[in-house]
Amino acid sequence: MEQPNNNYINQLSGDDLEFKAKMIAILKRELPEEILIYQNQMINNDLSEAAQSVHKLKHKISILGLEKNYYIAEEFEGNLKNKNTKSQSDFEAILKVMQEFIEKL
Amino acid sequence: MNCIVIDDEEMARAIIEKMIENNPQLQLLQEFSNAMQAIKYLNQNEVDLIFLDIHMPDFTGFDFIQTIKNPPKVILVSSDKNFAFEAFEYECIVDYLVKPITEDRFLKAIQKANSTQLSPSSTVAKPVTEDNANEFYINIDRRLIKIEFATVNVVEAKGDYIHIKTEGKNYIVHSTLKKIEDKLPKDLFLKVHRSFIINTKKIIDIEDNSVLIAKDVIPISHANRPELMKRLNLL
Repeated sequence: MEQPNNNYINQLSGDDLEFKAKMIAILKRELPEEILIYQNQMINNDLSEAAQSVHKLKHKISILGLEKNYYIAEEFEGNLKNKNTKSQSDFEAILKVMQEFIEKL
Repeated sequence: MNCIVIDDEEMARAIIEKMIENNPQLQLLQEFSNAMQAIKYLNQNEVDLIFLDIHMPDFTGFDFIQTIKNPPKVILVSSDKNFAFEAFEYECIVDYLVKPITEDRFLKAIQKANSTQLSPSSTVAKPVTEDNANEFYINIDRRLIKIEFATVNVVEAKGDYIHIKTEGKNYIVHSTLKKIEDKLPKDLFLKVHRSFIINTKKIIDIEDNSVLIAKDVIPISHANRPELMKRLNLL
């Protein structure tokens, strides 16, 4: 499984530690919120709304350097738009890895 | 260039804000998490450049551009490459950035914005959705559809949706009766039941507990009947 990293955040922050802390704080707050919204949409079988949430989560996937997993998310987003949940478990495994990573930041 | 950022994702706004701070050519006036707030702002302020997310709840970036008159320069931002073709159908869109944005790519977009000249009077964006006395807009399948108030017969609440019945066509919109009630002119429309708002000029006849509008029989609740009777020019 591809592992997340801080490369993008570090590159963007440079020596600006305050900005880096801000980015991490936003990530720690916003990612669990977005995941929760996605999970509720899946529970309610609201697949088109869930597709929108997956779309939003793709940005966080990219920010954490998960380049290959981005394409899994993209495929899953397309599946959801077609009312199909194929790749759900793969996508949710990505979310789990991301959550575990940000908890350690 | 004075600029604003519109994106529902805080992380995306923070990244663009940082890149704007790093660029002496740019001055961030305001950032917005939703498009409607930005439309209100653009109605009162001059802006040279908008960083605009395509995917926002209830409003796409393209909806936004179509809603404002004489839009300023726009740099679209998205996690998706697939909208690039559509993006360049709009004269105001000077570039298209795919998230996550890199600083090099951001700088290229600013150079493009600097070198692009839009058609005359492109610096003031005037919204058409608000402050308009004759019509309102509904969002259906990411398209904004204009409806003139005078053509509306009845608005009916059905679960999470409202049915707007007009002289020519019926529309189903994901909204609430309260939201549309606030948009409709109070001298023309009246809520006669918890699920119905009617255009009082369209009433054909009234029985004890109902009104006929076009071919629809609309119930009148006991509590709303006195107000309806007040509005009528009774002989």
